[in-house]
Amino acid sequence: MIIGLDVGGTHTDAVLISENGLEKEVKVLTDESRLFETVLAAIEALTDGVDLKKIRRAVLSTTLAANLIVQNKLPPVGMIVAGGPGIDPALYRIGPHYHMVKGALDHRGREIAPLDEGEVETAIKALKKAGIRYAGVATKFSVHNPDHEKRIAEAMAPHFERVFLGHQLSGSLNFPRRVATAYLNAAVYPIHKQFFEAVKLSLAKKGLDVPLRILKPDGGNMSFDSSFDDPARTILSGPSASVMGTLAYAPKSGATLVLDIGGTTTDMAVLIDGVPLLAPLGIEIGPYKTLIRALQTQSIGVGGDSVVRLTDNGLTIGPDRQGRAMTYGGPVPTPTDAFCVLGLVNGGDHGLAAAGIDALARKMKRSPEETALAIFDQACRQIMAAATQMVADINSKPVYTVHELWEGSEIKPRHLMVLGGPAPQFADRLKGMFDGNVSVVPHWQVANATGCALARTTSEVLLFADTAQQVAVAAGEQFHKEITNNFTLEDAKELALQLLRDKAVKRGANPEHLEMEVIEAYQFNMIRGFHTIGKNIRVRAQIKPGLIRGYDPIAGKLRREDL
Amino acid sequence: MLRAKNKTGLVFFPAFDWAISPTHPEREERLLYTQDQVFEEGLLDIEGIVEYKPDLVTVKDVQRVHFCVPDPWAVMTESHFISAGGAKTIGMAVMDKKVDRGFALVRPPGHHANRVVHGARGFCNVNIEAIMIEYLRRAYGVDRVAIVDTDCHHGDGTQDIYWHDPDTLFISIHQDGRTLYPGSGFLNEMGGPNAVGTTINIPLPPHTSDEGFLYTIKEMVLPILADFKPELIINSAGQDNHYSDPITNMNFSARGYAQLTDLLQADIAVLEGGYSIEGALPYVNTGIILAMAGLDYSHLSEPDYDPERYQQSPATSRYIEQTGVKVLKNWRQRKVLAEAARVQPDCGQRSRRIFYDTDSIYETQNETVRICNDCAGALRIESSSEKRGTVLAVHLPRKACPACKAQAYQWYESAPADRFNHIFLQDRPEDNFLIRKSTVPH
Repeated sequence: MIIGLDVGGTHTDAVLISENGLEKEVKVLTDESRLFETVLAAIEALTDGVDLKKIRRAVLSTTLAANLIVQNKLPPVGMIVAGGPGIDPALYRIGPHYHMVKGALDHRGREIAPLDEGEVETAIKALKKAGIRYAGVATKFSVHNPDHEKRIAEAMAPHFERVFLGHQLSGSLNFPRRVATAYLNAAVYPIHKQFFEAVKLSLAKKGLDVPLRILKPDGGNMSFDSSFDDPARTILSGPSASVMGTLAYAPKSGATLVLDIGGTTTDMAVLIDGVPLLAPLGIEIGPYKTLIRALQTQSIGVGGDSVVRLTDNGLTIGPDRQGRAMTYGGPVPTPTDAFCVLGLVNGGDHGLAAAGIDALARKMKRSPEETALAIFDQACRQIMAAATQMVADINSKPVYTVHELWEGSEIKPRHLMVLGGPAPQFADRLKGMFDGNVSVVPHWQVANATGCALARTTSEVLLFADTAQQVAVAAGEQFHKEITNNFTLEDAKELALQLLRDKAVKRGANPEHLEMEVIEAYQFNMIRGFHTIGKNIRVRAQIKPGLIRGYDPIAGKLRREDL
Repeated sequence: MLRAKNKTGLVFFPAFDWAISPTHPEREERLLYTQDQVFEEGLLDIEGIVEYKPDLVTVKDVQRVHFCVPDPWAVMTESHFISAGGAKTIGMAVMDKKVDRGFALVRPPGHHANRVVHGARGFCNVNIEAIMIEYLRRAYGVDRVAIVDTDCHHGDGTQDIYWHDPDTLFISIHQDGRTLYPGSGFLNEMGGPNAVGTTINIPLPPHTSDEGFLYTIKEMVLPILADFKPELIINSAGQDNHYSDPITNMNFSARGYAQLTDLLQADIAVLEGGYSIEGALPYVNTGIILAMAGLDYSHLSEPDYDPERYQQSPATSRYIEQTGVKVLKNWRQRKVLAEAARVQPDCGQRSRRIFYDTDSIYETQNETVRICNDCAGALRIESSSEKRGTVLAVHLPRKACPACKAQAYQWYESAPADRFNHIFLQDRPEDNFLIRKSTVPH
């Protein structure tokens, strides 16, 4: 049996999945200030009366890191960066302990200014003096040549508890995002470590000594141990849990729009041929743009508990919420109250909901039922408008080859899948607004936790090869190898897949069922004068986000002896 | 967070799967290192820099400018529809006020493409700036436009297209035609008899450095632009004046390009040439984007840049100053020069042989423009090449007067169908492209 647990803003959902399918599900209220207790309470409730020996794995998705960032509670972090020519690296300063040192590489990773080790020493002294224990290092073009980052980190190693190197966190080119990603990893690390070690210990004490896995925002999981190398990869895993929960039931061809309608927000994502679409670069949270790989999701402030207002332009829903719905004693009318009036949900105190909607109805000079319907329609319209915009944004994403531009087909979702608390009610209403098939995800209330339990381990590898410099580099894998002039694109693909396999297995993937794919492969002849001096090759390979082997989506059962 | 002072649109289309030939300067690799630099600098993440996916231009957009022989499909590849489309996308974003200004970082380039196109010359097939400008005129009613061509090669194609148009100011700054392809662009090339003065050529001597280029902009280009008062300024932003360019002889730097961009304040920039793909393009393009967005570019410099080494000689400075005196004198006296030009017999006639170096085609052209005081003048071009046959191309300008209209239709309708393989009329007031049936066997 597998435990899947997803901490959301309002509820924490947990499921137990076995060869019988969804064995058990629980929902507890989330206490953001006491996440540890929330997680334990949910597991406690879930495993009550269950033979713990039958549980083989637990996969968690938490809001721990995201909360720290959003609430601005990150501990102090030391940063040492080397920028070189271009935009002044001072403009990317993060936090008060940000030090710039001389040293530069060009776009092919060749050193154009040596690293100033004296400046590195000075920076280290300053950081030590400030009492810094966690640090990040980022240099421009380090993914083409990590030498400077490594040398800075070596000098820092004896003096700090943990140092994160930009090139090891992502192979993508984007120096400002590399700086932010290294920073967030260092900032999140101590709390992440403390939290998950405590969870693991508490579960073990309970007799639940199983491998822990942690969900990532790209819809895959990673092992407990590997999460300490990449703790920021836990940020915003929530939306991906929901997407993975729909995957088992999604059409295997065509584009599908996924809506997770919760109390506070609606999260949207797109599946293409049954596989979730990934964001081009990485997650953006608060002021930070990162290289943390994530599913392409978008969140809007429309949910069951969003504030309903009557403005000069008619009704509006959200984007804020003020506590719970009126039916549960909240201060302002919400879509949930409208559902109460329409008899779609039981709610709490029906009278309280009716009073809120009545007040609006009098202002609008309409009946309470008409008003409730108008609120419902407006919520649906806002959700669909945002979804349409999201699809338009995806379709307007630039491409860089004639072939892609000429042949590239536009995404046009023909399926809409809804999950989250009020999913059935919304699905019904959205049918009239969507040109295609609308369905409710089975077990819609806990589909997110199911997604968490069933997501497979994912990884990504980016390999650069330059046959003129006779070198192949996969910076994220700490891989650096001399190659010959004869190295080909096929060799590069093979090498990238080998590196991907190693990485995925280390993260906890099942080596027999990796689902690897090459997603980008470019080869450029490098011509100088009238001669070809070599080839510049770039290959990106990934484990496709998806569900673990052995899960039968039609029967809804897990057929795995080892789990 | 970094925020652009001017909201800046960007179309980046490196055409990673298109080349003229595998070892040609215009090949897949050309913008690879530029992409790496632009991505690594995080330029596309900056608040206020917006990247757009290029639209495709339509055949109608192309035929608003060109006479393609025999038709657009024969002389264009998919890549040309996209690169012209990228310029059009940026133009629309600026006109729709989605952005303050924009840069189409696209390939292949276009400024050597003439009005009549038999094939590719100077790596260009169709003129992407002209296609954009004429679209913007049609769709948004733009009238007066200035094009400042800062490619190292004379923008002879753009000059040809706007030779007779008094509403388009074309200024080309380039390495002296006696020392570089295409061998034209001298001071005395000032426009046709209906548009004397609105074509301006500023040939600069080899080894001109930052000082000379910035002097040219400040002392010649800016005062003329202030006089002309264009509604839109377009920069044909070639990057081959760079000191590391393999096919030219100038000494311009990346920061110099950024300063030039800052001074010029163009509404729209369109990439033209530039073939130092590692040493120049990554830095020059970064500089242009930063300058357009109004961001600090003072930390930008090439790894090997040595200002001392690329200093221009005092003789070069003096030569450029003297050129400036002549350029400004011609500009101030353009009305007098026009009157003088128009009393010459046959002033409306032009005969030329045009070589398409990229496609090895020889074209012969005989051109007649109606001398007109009321519009740009009806234009009749007889053009032939061995490869594409003989064509009669009649152009009726955008703001044509009734007399020119009558003349254009008379030329078109009375042309002997057995003499021309193709008979075309570009009716700009009606935005139509007419084709008459030829009786010449194919």
